[in-house]
Amino acid sequence: MKYKSQAVAKPYFIAAIALFVAQILFGLIMGLQYVVGDFLFPEIPFNVARMVHTNALIVWLLMAFMGAAYYLIPEESETELAMPWLATLMFWIFLIAAGLTVAGYLLVPYAELAKMTMNDLLPTMGREFLEQPTVTKLGIVVVALAFLANIGITILKGRKTAVSLVLLIGLLGLAVFFLFSFYLPDNVVLDKYYWWWVVHLWVEGVWELILGAILAFVLIRVTGVDREVIEKWLYVIIAMTLITGIVGTGHHYYWIGTPEYWQWWGSIFSAMEPIPFFMMTVFAFNMVNKRRRNHPNKAATLWALGTAVMAFLGAGVWGFLHTLAPVNYYTHGTQITAAHGHMAFYGAYVMISLTIISYAMPLLRGREAANPARSQVLEMWSFWLMTVSMVFITLFLTGAGILQVYLQRYSDNPMPFLAVQEKISLFYWLREITGVVFLIGLILYVASFFVGQRDPEKAVEAAPAEA
Amino acid sequence: MSQILTKEMARNIFYGGSLFFFLLFLALTYQTHADISKGDRHQLLDDPQVGEQIRLGKKIWEENDCIGCHTLLGEGAYFAPELGNVYVRLGSNIDTLKARIKGLINMPATGVPTRRMPRFPLTDEQVDALAQFLKYVSEIKTNRNWPPTKQG
Ligand code: HEC
Ligand code: HEM
Ligand code: HEM
Ligand SMILES: [Fe+2]
Repeated sequence: MKYKSQAVAKPYFIAAIALFVAQILFGLIMGLQYVVGDFLFPEIPFNVARMVHTNALIVWLLMAFMGAAYYLIPEESETELAMPWLATLMFWIFLIAAGLTVAGYLLVPYAELAKMTMNDLLPTMGREFLEQPTVTKLGIVVVALAFLANIGITILKGRKTAVSLVLLIGLLGLAVFFLFSFYLPDNVVLDKYYWWWVVHLWVEGVWELILGAILAFVLIRVTGVDREVIEKWLYVIIAMTLITGIVGTGHHYYWIGTPEYWQWWGSIFSAMEPIPFFMMTVFAFNMVNKRRRNHPNKAATLWALGTAVMAFLGAGVWGFLHTLAPVNYYTHGTQITAAHGHMAFYGAYVMISLTIISYAMPLLRGREAANPARSQVLEMWSFWLMTVSMVFITLFLTGAGILQVYLQRYSDNPMPFLAVQEKISLFYWLREITGVVFLIGLILYVASFFVGQRDPEKAVEAAPAEA
Repeated sequence: MSQILTKEMARNIFYGGSLFFFLLFLALTYQTHADISKGDRHQLLDDPQVGEQIRLGKKIWEENDCIGCHTLLGEGAYFAPELGNVYVRLGSNIDTLKARIKGLINMPATGVPTRRMPRFPLTDEQVDALAQFLKYVSEIKTNRNWPPTKQG
């Protein structure tokens, strides 16, 4: 850690990991409700568990992104963070708001929560991923503004690198598109149309800038490859992201009452969206192969390479699988979507968060470069357990999805929804068992923070020539 | 990457390309606003008889997080049946739909471990509004009349 103020990142990372655990526990509850329908019913209905699962995911990813920015912006700008106290204050506001919101989901019926938080004044609740009460949404906006001001000023007064500019643009975009969550028209078609301006333009637009910037930062640090080379790659990748991803939003405008031409725009542009993800994979492996030093943080390098591969698989391959309109006609809103959503979110955003945490946490905890070997071994075990289980969760959901499409939408005698769910329950059981393995991986991950912290550490060494 | 492409060129492609395609997207959005009015049934929303009911129905739909279990035109959760076409599935009869909703929210505990819909405390007026809302959604003209079958 080169700058004192980078320390504000630490609570963000810790809270992120805690919420990650909560997310997975509620995922497992839902996974069980899929096969034992009345599990925890009526205490925790499925929709409530789902809200906690997805909102915890989003909040912890935002926490990790903010932590990442607070950590890397001072280093990139070569100056202390403008207002470290503000970052700490915002952390507590964000954490308390998130805690109260989750408590609200779990303790009172959702309709009650809407009443308590005066949803009538400015209705925004009750849409997938955007379930938060309006006051929570406003809180998020306040936190985001304070955060952007903080890192914006820091960048302005210090060195301006491509990494920090791209990160800033990504974070600004994140805040700007979130504003569409306050737009809730009565017209269902328009409601859906602009809902995607938050959801799609986040994950297939501005978040990819954040992903690219963090990945570039970590690769510069662990490989020692020339910044010029890495930043050129970064620009090319994110250029492809936005060139394909913005109009690619059209892959959500096939069947919601929007005009037919979106089938062309959406199919053609979104079919090219895997390109930047593929480039990211090539980029990461190239840089690691050309490394100028052997950084002792092997775990962080593993997470970085893992991100590049899994993001391409989850977003690129599984996204492409159902993105062409004639295919999406059958797969829209089935377990295929869930399969893709899981691997893409995990591969891209969960893994990049764990990458920066893996790189920064040892430094934030006062070590020279990396965690002790014992801790890294455990962390790498958790990498493989979580990643392999996510691959299998995706495969089982894909299996479920293919059968669902066939039985409910394709065969000569289409069967009712619930009858189909009954028929494919084996896949849901397998998903649930794999989910438990995922949880074990996550427990090992948490444990790795508590292992061998007193062991001596190895220093950064130059790579052997021609390596 | 090749030597011909400099970092500055890459940066300019990023700014120029993003801006161009964002503007294209805005233009397509503008055009979409003009075109959807043909099939989005906005007339119903302005209708003096049912407009108010549909609006109320949408609000109840949102304030009970129905989307947390169901899909609506393929978006939402995959735990319970698609509702964008439930009006059609139940025989395009508004009274059947109302009765179905009432049946579900008054269903006593069965002890059978099947998926359940919560017993929402809704008034008759609210159920009527929900049914009108679901009927409105089912009448939105979707390409190729999605969903592929009436099972959703
Ligand atoms: C906790 C999950 C859950 C929530 C929340 C939920 N539902 Fe359901 N819903 C179900 C399940 C499960 C079924 C299937 C019940 C059955 O057929 O036995 C169902 C069935 C239905 C059906 C009948 C579908 C058909 O094909 O016959 C309608 C209509 C319906 N729900 C409307 C609603 C409305 C309106 C709301 C919000 C006020 C809502 N649901 C909220 C779980 C849920
Ligand atoms: C990291 C990037 C990505 C993430 C996190 C992600 C995540 C998701 C999620 C969560 C959904 C479900 C949304 C809902 O609930 O309705 C979804 C839908 C979809 N995604 Fe992605 N996605 C990513 C990239 C991509 C890419 C690159 C493609 C195309 C090549 C793609 C194609 C699709 C399609 C077609 C749907 C709609 C599925 C349907 O019709 O039901 N995604 N994505
Ligand atoms: C890092 C790991 C995980 C991530 C990133 C994640 C992400 C998500 C997302 C984005 C959704 C919404 C899906 C959509 O609308 O398309 C979702 C739903 C769900 N998740 Fe996860 N999840 C993870 C782990 C798990 C685990 C371990 C389980 C359980 C075994 C699980 C079970 C579920 C279930 C059952 C749903 C509901 C699907 C539905 O709508 O019916 N998740 N998850
Ligand atoms: Fe998308």
